[in-house]
Amino acid sequence: MANGNGSRTLLGMGMVKGLFVTITTMFKTIFLPKKHLATVNYPKVKETPAPRARGVIALDQEACTVCMLCARQCPDWCIYIEGHKEEQPPSKPGGRIKVRATLDRFDIDYALCMYCGICVEVCPFDALFWTPEYEYSETQMGEMLHDMDRLQDWMKTVPEVPALEP
Amino acid sequence: MTTFVTELFSNFWVSLAAKLALVAMMIPLIGMVIGFAEMKLSAKMQSRIGPYFAGGRWGWAQLIADGVKFFQKEDLIPEDADRPVFKSAPLLVLVGTVALFVVIPFGPGLIFRDLSVGIFYALAISSISTIGVLMAGWSSANKYSLMGGLRAAGQLIAYELPLVLAVVGSVIMAGTLSMSGIVEAQIAAGYPFVILQVVGFAIFMIAALAELTRIPFDMPIAESELVMGYLTEYSGFRFLFFFLAEFANMFTMSAIAATLFLGGYWLPGIPESVLEFAGPVILIGKVFILSFVMIWFRWTFPRFREDQLQTLAWKWLIPIALANIVITAVLKVLL
Repeated sequence: MANGNGSRTLLGMGMVKGLFVTITTMFKTIFLPKKHLATVNYPKVKETPAPRARGVIALDQEACTVCMLCARQCPDWCIYIEGHKEEQPPSKPGGRIKVRATLDRFDIDYALCMYCGICVEVCPFDALFWTPEYEYSETQMGEMLHDMDRLQDWMKTVPEVPALEP
Repeated sequence: MTTFVTELFSNFWVSLAAKLALVAMMIPLIGMVIGFAEMKLSAKMQSRIGPYFAGGRWGWAQLIADGVKFFQKEDLIPEDADRPVFKSAPLLVLVGTVALFVVIPFGPGLIFRDLSVGIFYALAISSISTIGVLMAGWSSANKYSLMGGLRAAGQLIAYELPLVLAVVGSVIMAGTLSMSGIVEAQIAAGYPFVILQVVGFAIFMIAALAELTRIPFDMPIAESELVMGYLTEYSGFRFLFFFLAEFANMFTMSAIAATLFLGGYWLPGIPESVLEFAGPVILIGKVFILSFVMIWFRWTFPRFREDQLQTLAWKWLIPIALANIVITAVLKVLL
């Protein structure tokens, strides 16, 4: 190795070694693709992403309380939330009426989202989750604004949370 | 009927048009074959699949799809660009490529025009594309383009002299400058000149790589430094012209190297009677082998710096090439 410590080999041996590496890799990939291929034929063959891959953000509508913390923390303001209060009858006659915050709109503009995950971090009620889903490309920029039903759909792809270590 | 055809083709303009049409068909075809080979081989060298979708099997139609895509693109010209120069630069590069086909012998008598100064003409014409590159860099009104164009011009100073000097050894051995004359001299000698001109062949190939601005000498493009060098502002079919010229130039430089050093359309042991038909196949086979070596180098070596290329050319290649000429000339006189 010509590593500068005096132990030098013939001039140009490094280049020959490099050529050898590329040509052997080429023949290995051509003749033994199963063993040496590092990529897959994507739309036909799919790799399973790592369970904690940050593919897209899913929303659990039941858990959301319209507190707006995520929308306010979002660095590029790509979350749109609208909600209203629904009054419910008191549990006992003469009691105070119950108020429940209901979600009307929860859109994330994935054309703007930079996948920082602050909304997931900040959510106090565990309504937002990372999922490894990644196939949600669109042909138009405007269609990247995904609504809450789509976000709810992605809840199915959220992996099981592993048990805490004792 | 046959007499009519021969009479028709004996007319200078008709035969010129036919030859031009042949070259005009060959350049995109060769560009696509070598370009596709580069895509696939580079993928295999990096443990990837490479193109596989277009055209069904192996993605063979990838470059056709790319070509169609280039035609659909908007033809952008920067506002501050020098429009006539900007527009004519890709044409000039392609003209340099087309003109090189004139002197390549594909077989005995299968040559567009057997110039008596063939190799001299080829070396002169191959430098024209550098002017096109310099024009492209200058007219784009873009600092990256300008840097790329000037680097191409600087590179010319480095590789042009070794390229010419490397050829001289072969010319001395053949005793002629005509390209088909050099092949005939190799047939008469019974061996390809590379056997005695290994040094000349190596220097020619290194200088040819620099001429083609391919890695390890792709400083004028240098994606990691200059965006895309002199090509930065080009889009659509003008970019396609540069792209085709690059791969067609690979073919012509390999063909010249094969003619000068590897026996051109001739292989030892092939009877001369079949060369008429086997010649083009043999030459194209040799060209593909040399092109493969260029692709192999490209995906193995890192890029040189411009000053390192100058050092390599002036301190190593030129003295070695000169020594090669002296030794060849002395041996030619003595033996």
